[in-house]
Amino acid sequence: MNFDTLLLGLADGISYAGLLFLVSLGLTLIFGVLGVLNITHGSLYALGGYTAASLTTFAMRHAFDATPVLFIALVLAALLVGLLMGLLLDLLLLRYFQKRDPVIQLLVTFAVFVILEDVQKLIWGTSPYAAGEIVSRLGTVELFDVTYTVYQIGVIPSIALASYIGLNFFLKKTLWGKQTVALTHHREVATAMGVNVKRIGALVFILGAMLGALGGALAVPVSSLTPGMGAEMIVLSFTVVATAGLGQITGALITSLMIGLARSMAVYLLPEVDVAMPYIIMLLVLLLRPNGLFTVAQSRRI
Amino acid sequence: MKLGMFSALSVLVLLVLGIVFPWTKTMLIIGLCYGLSALGVAIPARSGQVSFGHAMFACVSAYAVAFLARAFPSMDGVVLLVLATLTGTLFASVFGSFVVRYRGIFFGMLNLAISMVIVALLGKLYELSGGTDGIRVQRPSWGGLVTERAEFETILLWVSCCVALLAGWFYQRFTQSATGEALRGLKSNETRLEYLGISAHYVLWVGYVGSGFFVSLAGAIFALAQGLVTPDMGSWTRSGELVFIMILGGSSHALGPFVGAAVFQAVKLFASAYMAGVWQMLLGLTLLTVIALAPEGIMGAWQAYRCRSSKGAQP
Repeated sequence: MNFDTLLLGLADGISYAGLLFLVSLGLTLIFGVLGVLNITHGSLYALGGYTAASLTTFAMRHAFDATPVLFIALVLAALLVGLLMGLLLDLLLLRYFQKRDPVIQLLVTFAVFVILEDVQKLIWGTSPYAAGEIVSRLGTVELFDVTYTVYQIGVIPSIALASYIGLNFFLKKTLWGKQTVALTHHREVATAMGVNVKRIGALVFILGAMLGALGGALAVPVSSLTPGMGAEMIVLSFTVVATAGLGQITGALITSLMIGLARSMAVYLLPEVDVAMPYIIMLLVLLLRPNGLFTVAQSRRI
Repeated sequence: MKLGMFSALSVLVLLVLGIVFPWTKTMLIIGLCYGLSALGVAIPARSGQVSFGHAMFACVSAYAVAFLARAFPSMDGVVLLVLATLTGTLFASVFGSFVVRYRGIFFGMLNLAISMVIVALLGKLYELSGGTDGIRVQRPSWGGLVTERAEFETILLWVSCCVALLAGWFYQRFTQSATGEALRGLKSNETRLEYLGISAHYVLWVGYVGSGFFVSLAGAIFALAQGLVTPDMGSWTRSGELVFIMILGGSSHALGPFVGAAVFQAVKLFASAYMAGVWQMLLGLTLLTVIALAPEGIMGAWQAYRCRSSKGAQP
């Protein structure tokens, strides 16, 4: 292994970790506040990706093909999908099954995920989609001897970091954010203090859905869209969330970076286990810290 | 008791069906394997711990069948079945000894993680496992008998019917045993269970090994019936299907997972015949309907109905 491969692995890992983090952030946010492990998050990732691909192709065909327009189309697609689907899922589904066992809630989201898989196939077909235009527009950058695209090394990580900072700002500095945190601490007390649980719940769900869809939209230019991409992503982001500890936002950032880097390094160094790498890391972490890396101990309730 | 009779009768119906219409045999065997696996998933689920990776035991034992048959081409089918099931169960007992420390989502995720690692390795280690194409399993002799394909399938149908009945009986006995009740107690309050002097880890481990045994057995039969093993057998979607079947049928009685498997196969068959593109959607809608209308699954709804109507008869 030489220095160039290391650098390439590093760059790959950072770009991959950025996407992984966006998706995991949404997942862990929704779990932390609503207590639902939302498998439809994988569908949102895929739907965000497909919608973004369609929207950018549409924009280019109608001669709005300035780079910023394409970029805005990507982000807009994600926010739109997140808003619509988040609202729909929250109103139709989660509220209806709110009082059920967490396992049942998880299965409900699994059922919807399976339904949405077919919906995607009906709308976008099964042949792979690609929309790599924006990557070549943004050009490349030279790191020592390795040439890398600006999009992957610059755009994705900055959006991921911006989302992290933005979410932290929201949770710590705004009224609705503080209410959200209160809700995670103690639902009943927060309700008694006048927090509008339904509104905060819907808000959090939409925010989370937007993050998932954003991850998908940003993945479009660098990968091709195929059926099953949602399934792969949801399992991976579950791994990140469980390794970090459920509901841990900063933990998800560090874990995404760890898993993203380990996986891209494994592609170059240990190609036999590259797919299994995230799960191996999770197993090792959970063996040593059964509730995840960043979870704080809780007292048991008798 | 009546449900036990009903189970025995329905197994008999399946046997007759398989013998009268030979083309249904493979489908029936596979359906019974699904039911048996879902019955396995139902055991830890009684304690509130749902595994999202249980298909790995089927995968492990199916590959054990394939490896053994490749290494010893003259090995008898019965021996293959027993050895492969033992391998899967042994794996469950080793892995179970550390997974029982985890609860809820971590329990599910750890099972998932292990199954993903196994599937990934089987897919990548091409020389050993044949990659994603899998390994062919030559039809072995059965109890010394060299059989044609049709006969072999009839034997396997008999075997899976008997196994299903025995497993169902065992499940019913187990749920009424002290360990089985303790397992259910784990769901309501683990701390209180420990105060009674019962080790929650041990109880869950016993249930876990039992469930691993069921799924391994189903996997070995499946491998022999299909004549091909692929890493896909352990994929998380397969594990998801098992959980799906268990919820669909309900786990209050051993018959539940089998009813669930029957409905699952029926929906799949119907969808592939009439609406090929959207069979997943149909499955998803079925699951949503069952969860919304019958939280305890089909069997749970049936038992509740029986309970109500018998109360109505004797006021």
